[in-house]
Amino acid sequence: MSDLLELRDVTVSYGGRVALESVSLTVPHGAQVAIVGPNGAGKSTLFKAMVGLIPLADGQMLIHGKPPAEYRQPVAYVPQREEVDWRFPVTVFDVVAMGRYGRGRWLKPLRAEDREIIRRSLDRLGVSDLAQRPIGELSGGQQQRVFLARALAQEPHIILLDEPFTGVDLGTKEAVLELLADLRNQSVTVLVSTHDLDLAASRFDQVVLLNRRLIAAGSPEEVFTQSHLQAAFGGQMVVVDGKVLVVDQCCGGHGPVGGTDSCQCGSCQLETEAGESEH
Amino acid sequence: MDWLTEPFAYGFMQRALGASVIVGVVCAVVGCYVVLRAMAFLGDALAHAILPGVALAYLAGIDLLIGALVAAVVVAVGVSFILRSGAIREDTAIGIFFAAALALGVLLISTVDTYAVDLTHVLFGNVLGVSPSDLWLSGGLGLGLLLAVALLYRQLLVVSFDPVLGRTLGLRTHAIRTALFVMTAVAIVVSLRTVGVALVAAMLVTPPATAYLLTRRLPAMMALSAAIGVVSAVAGLYVSYYLDVASGSAVVLVATGIFLLAFLFAPRRGLVLRSFVFRRKNRRLLTTR
Repeated sequence: MSDLLELRDVTVSYGGRVALESVSLTVPHGAQVAIVGPNGAGKSTLFKAMVGLIPLADGQMLIHGKPPAEYRQPVAYVPQREEVDWRFPVTVFDVVAMGRYGRGRWLKPLRAEDREIIRRSLDRLGVSDLAQRPIGELSGGQQQRVFLARALAQEPHIILLDEPFTGVDLGTKEAVLELLADLRNQSVTVLVSTHDLDLAASRFDQVVLLNRRLIAAGSPEEVFTQSHLQAAFGGQMVVVDGKVLVVDQCCGGHGPVGGTDSCQCGSCQLETEAGESEH
Repeated sequence: MDWLTEPFAYGFMQRALGASVIVGVVCAVVGCYVVLRAMAFLGDALAHAILPGVALAYLAGIDLLIGALVAAVVVAVGVSFILRSGAIREDTAIGIFFAAALALGVLLISTVDTYAVDLTHVLFGNVLGVSPSDLWLSGGLGLGLLLAVALLYRQLLVVSFDPVLGRTLGLRTHAIRTALFVMTAVAIVVSLRTVGVALVAAMLVTPPATAYLLTRRLPAMMALSAAIGVVSAVAGLYVSYYLDVASGSAVVLVATGIFLLAFLFAPRRGLVLRSFVFRRKNRRLLTTR
């Protein structure tokens, strides 16, 4: 597999405070990468920098060896859900259609090809029957699926999903996992930030462990070692009977992760065998 | 039916009708974004901020609308610039501009001898004083605005609904916001003669808010809002003619009446139906128990 995405010494700061320091990373074409780390580790910041919402203070990002500006829609980003005006009078179809807008496309009417892509994206996430419903009338899980469909409709090189498993119902979690399996077959590269270390270990080829700098990157076996977890989570980690237990604050106050049995009352307990993987 | 046609035997009433229709459409369409982006306070502030421009134009003897237009654009860009710096909160920035511009405007107008009458016209409109050149200027600006709304439709939609997506798609969100401020300012200038500075915010907010209650997509909201704007403007004109009351007030009160009807009886969002459905559900719950 050739390298699709390359980050070289990426540094990002928020008003003078360094949020990410000198992160270097390569992601092969078609890989599925879980980004994990404690709250404030810079997972969302990394995504925002990758789509150009925050400028890089230093370093560079390359896609197939070229800067992202060379591509029409290099990266699609699905943020955590509360960043949108839900009372806005748009239908599900309208929202997904926005994925077809972009550079040089702001005035062109939707072509038959665009409509086909929108229809397929809606189908993929199982929300076709909601196409004419106002976005505000949908459940949280359905809304999340609509935004995933929009990301698909963008036909990007890379899809970034920020905490897609946080605060959603089981059905949506399953839909996201199915989508990931689907995207794997189509060799679409996906980066997912998550608090769920179990999921990161079991469903992803690559794991990136962040805590404002890169702690470790590689296969789950390589990344989830006691020393790496100690470096990332520090005091949030305890070793009991040779097992590493990470007590991680879930999701910045959005309630427990839906559907994970490792999650209790706003905090996640995630177990990993010290020094080796579970799978 | 004579009462419908009678007023328009006069040239000034025909012009008043034309001006009212233009205001009804333009404010109602641009106002959709004012409502959806919660910019009502900004609309009010922009309206008052054009007073100094009007006063200066009056003192210099040039067309009042041109003075208003220049002032409106300057203030729209100015507020947008201050917001971009991020040093103070939005409503604070607007509040400062709002009061300062009103003070400056009244100060300038008070140097004119006949200021009480003129100030009343500027504040509350004098639709019967619309000159042919006013009408042409309003019509031209109005058409330009509708064209801008059409050309920027997708950009404004994306930036208003999901600014994060807008930026990832490469939109210059600050520039688009400034454009929207300028468009709002121009809509206010167009309305100056008909409803006046003090009441124009209502034309920007009330018809779109009514349409919002009754529709579920932005294009439909804009179309219905325009229709409500026109009906209010024309009906207000009749009321003004026959009862001999201020035209701006009449127009705004008609629009408010339509809003209240929609607020109470809208099929999905209306108060009456919602409480009816709620009661029915409750009764069902009680009987099944």
